[in-house]
This record gives sequence, structure tokens and C-alpha cells, in this order.
Amino acid sequence: MQTRFRGRAWVFGEDISTDHIIAGKYLGTTDPKVFAEHCLEAVDPTFAKQARPGDLIVAGPNFGCGSSREQAPIAIKHLGISAILAPSFARIFFRNAINLALPVLECPGIEKAVKPGEEVELDLAAGDVRTPSGVLRFRPLPPNVLEILEAGGLVAKLKKELTAKASS
Amino acid sequence: MAGFTMAEKVLARASGKPRVAPGDIVDATVDLLYMHEMLAMALIPFKEIGVAKVWDPAKVVVTLDHWVPPPTPEIAKMHQQIREFCRAQGIARFHDVGDHGIVHQLIAERGYALPGRMIIGSDSHTNMVGACGAFAAGVGATDVAAVMAKGSLWLRVPETMQVWVDGELGKRVYAKDLILKVIATTGDDGARYQSVEFAGPTVEALPMNERFVLCNMTTEMGAKAGMVAADEVTQDYLAHTREPLGPFGPDEDAVYGKAHQFDVGGMGPQVACPSNPANVKPVEDVAGTKVDVAFLGSCTNARIEDLRIAAELLKGEKVAPGVRLQITPASQRIYRQAVQEGLADVFMEAGGTFTSSTCGPCFGGHLGVLAADEVCISSTNRNYPGRMGSPQAQVYLASPATLAATAIYGVITDPRGA
Repeated sequence: MQTRFRGRAWVFGEDISTDHIIAGKYLGTTDPKVFAEHCLEAVDPTFAKQARPGDLIVAGPNFGCGSSREQAPIAIKHLGISAILAPSFARIFFRNAINLALPVLECPGIEKAVKPGEEVELDLAAGDVRTPSGVLRFRPLPPNVLEILEAGGLVAKLKKELTAKASS
Repeated sequence: MAGFTMAEKVLARASGKPRVAPGDIVDATVDLLYMHEMLAMALIPFKEIGVAKVWDPAKVVVTLDHWVPPPTPEIAKMHQQIREFCRAQGIARFHDVGDHGIVHQLIAERGYALPGRMIIGSDSHTNMVGACGAFAAGVGATDVAAVMAKGSLWLRVPETMQVWVDGELGKRVYAKDLILKVIATTGDDGARYQSVEFAGPTVEALPMNERFVLCNMTTEMGAKAGMVAADEVTQDYLAHTREPLGPFGPDEDAVYGKAHQFDVGGMGPQVACPSNPANVKPVEDVAGTKVDVAFLGSCTNARIEDLRIAAELLKGEKVAPGVRLQITPASQRIYRQAVQEGLADVFMEAGGTFTSSTCGPCFGGHLGVLAADEVCISSTNRNYPGRMGSPQAQVYLASPATLAATAIYGVITDPRGA
């Protein structure tokens, strides 16, 4: 599993809801390209066009609040965003992102430490993130959550478990 | 040794442990899995996992609610896929268009949510059916697929927040006003990762339709679940299921994380202003704000009791010129009942529209969405930017009574004087 991520930060505010991330009007499909094209459109219409694989998202508290739509982290993941850092995440969004092997890390103070476009360097193993204004610690992920990330997502983890069960 | 909250009791039983504590990670056996159109999204990871059959089709309920009837060929196709999957998997409790409802309301009215049960739903407002004394939490498509494959799900045992309510709700003041007040106090993430238990004399006196409103909007507190102890009111509501039902509640010495107390005596109607459900003000503070749309719908407040409240105010009145009033019941059963009781006629006589049941407008999907410059008063649960259409639209959340009074005058109106 990749444990070090270095990239350009996109910075958003607090209470970024799943309605911001992917609006209800775009959900009438199962095509991830559609979700990616309109990702975060309500906050920054340039984001989906200008985000590059390897970029990171930095946001204020309660990122991903609102609906259970997994299309929200799918949209972000499909753009190649490598990780999301925020002081807190809404619970369903957190689960959905982890299930898709998209690292989401609770990092108090991060939204004030990073300006849009700045480089940040995230070290999952060390538990810290380097920003131009200093090094911040994020809350370590619980072991069972880390296991899902390490497996490459929940589907990969379940497949592995099923194969192990079948051959035992 | 200290006692247990309702969530702890359910999660201990479901994970086969004598006791659990907040922070424990458990693998909880699911008693009921229910889904709406998210099933179409979940089919992708489900197929990838490689399990041919759903673990127990008798424990699964599926309905269609977000796009009913389907507004595009692609969505009609999604409905076909769901229909075909339920047939192939032997999911007998598939409630197709015509027998449908917003899934939480359907689960409630069919008696599928029983006290003490561990329930997983494919929608964030699954919390609502916790009003039956169940632990009910919403998840996304991959988690839904995992439950379909193995019948269990990992969960972190939540801390429990107690919301204790005393005092009598005044004239034209409802559970909606109370829960908005609660959300204003906790913030829209104040109960994040937690289970919320509602208790106290006011809650005990509430009928089921109002208890559903409280639990429904624990989602807007960030909660994992919202619960009300099962009592005689619950048993009466579920009597038609013929299931053996005892009381189910927390131990007297249960340990709570946070506790909030509210006295609703003297509390008036509340309104959540744009664009956050925690941006709540007393109705007096926003009275006079001009609206373009009044939408009565959603799992939160579109039950028959809500429609009756609106009809009582609208009877013999006309919707203000230029205001679009739309009533979209929470289920097909409620729709029929509203027609039979003459409520549909009251709405149309007043100049409103009355549509079949769907989530459509509440999530900005279809059947009545908002333009950039429109202001809407809504009986729904969320008003984040873009929720009901354009990100520039303004949405005020309120009770059906406040909404009906507002539709008549064309400006936000205190229903107590209407």
C-alpha cells in the first residue's frame, strides 16, 4: 500500500456536504465519469477540470455530511485525489471513502495550516502531514480501518477472505 | 456494574457478546437490510466480491423511492436491474412502483422495524426507524454489498447521547420544531458517530409519527442512530405485525456520553434558515420572508398526520399568487389515504399540486426542483446549498403547519396566528 503522498492541496471550508460534492441531479446513472465531472461543482466549478491525479483535499470540520451516496467519494477517487485531510468527517462518508481505499484522515487544524495550491506531504505510517507552515499529526486510523485500506478497499478485503476460506 | 444504553444492548446481542462498550469494534449480525435505488450502485461491488447469492433474502427489503416514476431511460433501466435482481435472488419483499414508498416510511408502516433489532439501510435517514426501538444505521453502496454477501457489518459501538425532553408542546408546535431546536443546540455534527436516545415525558407522550421525525433528523446531528424506547405506543403501532413485542429500553443506570435537557413549554415554531439545518431561528425572526415554493414531502414530514395538519390550514384558503405549493406523500399508502380522506381535494382546491410518492424534490432529483433565485419553505430535512436544485436557491426547513400558513400568505408565517 502507498503510505506517502505528496501533492497540491485543494482547500475547502466546513460542512462540505455530499450535496456539494455531487448534487442529486447527477445521480441518475452508475457511471463514475459523470460523478467526477461534476465533483464539488457547487463550491468550485473549476475543481473537476483542474484537479490532477495526486492532488489532495484539505477541508474544514464535518466533511462529507449529508446523504449516504457513495457517489461522493467515488467522484473524488475517480479524479485521482490521493487523500482527504479534515478535522472531522461525517460517519457515512468516512466509511464509504475507506471502503474505496481513499485515505481520509482526521487532522485538527489542517484547514488553517494549508493555503490553496500549496504542497503537502502525507506520511500514513509516521502519522503526520508536512505543510509549509509546519508539521501536523493526524489521528491514527483504527487497526480494522487500516486493514481495509491496506487490502485496497473493502471489496478486495472480502474477496481475499473468501478465497482464504475456500482454500482452508 | 453500570447498565447499558439501547444501542449497546442491540450491538452486544447482534455481535454475540455479553457486553460492549463505546469504542469497541464489533462484527454485528444484521436482522434487516433495506435498500432503495442504491442497490443499483451496490450491484457493482456485490458482483466483484463474487458471492452468487444474498446471505438471507428473507431479511432483505427493497423498494424504489428516489426516482418514482423514473424520469429518464437510464433510471428506468436501473429500476429494471433492481427488479430483475430481486426476482433472481428470491427477495420477496420487493415493493415495486405502485406499492412503493420512501423506504423509511415503507419500513415503518409495514411493521418491518421491530424493537431491539439491528437494521442497516442504504440511506442516511435510516435513523428514522430507530423510533421503533431498533438500532438502525445508514451506510453506502459498498457496505450494503458487504452485508448482502455476509449478513454482518463492522461497527464501532457509539457513545450514546441522551436528549431528555419535558414540557408540553404548544398549539401548532410539533416534533419538527423540537428537533430543529435540538440541532441548533448540538450543531450539525454534535452527535457525530454517536447514538441519540430521546426520553422524558414529552417524548413518551408523542405518537409514532412524531417520534419518527425526531429520529429522522438525528442524521442532521451527524448521528449513527436515533432511538426511542419501545413502549405501549410502539406496541400499538406494530400490533398488526402479530410479533411478540415487549418493552425495550435502556437500563436505568445506563451510561451516557453527553446529555441534553429541553423544556418545550413556551417554545414556538422553529425554522432552519439557509443553508444549514443547524441555522435555526424562531419563526418570528424570519416571518415576512417571501417564498416562491412550499414543498411538503420527504421521509421527515409527509405522513398522513402531516397532510391533515396542512389541509386543516389550507381548507377554504388559496395559495398566495405566484407561490407553487407541492404535496408529495411519503408513501403510496399515504397517497391513497389522502385521496380517500378528501385531503387531496383540499390541496388542489387551494391551488396546490398533489403528486405520487417519491424522494425526488427533497434531494433535487426530479419532480419539482428549485431555480437559482427561488426561495423554498420545505418540510424536509436538509438545506445545504444545492440540496433541492440550484446551489443558489434558498431553502427554509419548517413544520407542515408553518409551511401551510406560509403557502397561504406567500411569506414565512407563524402558524399559531393563521
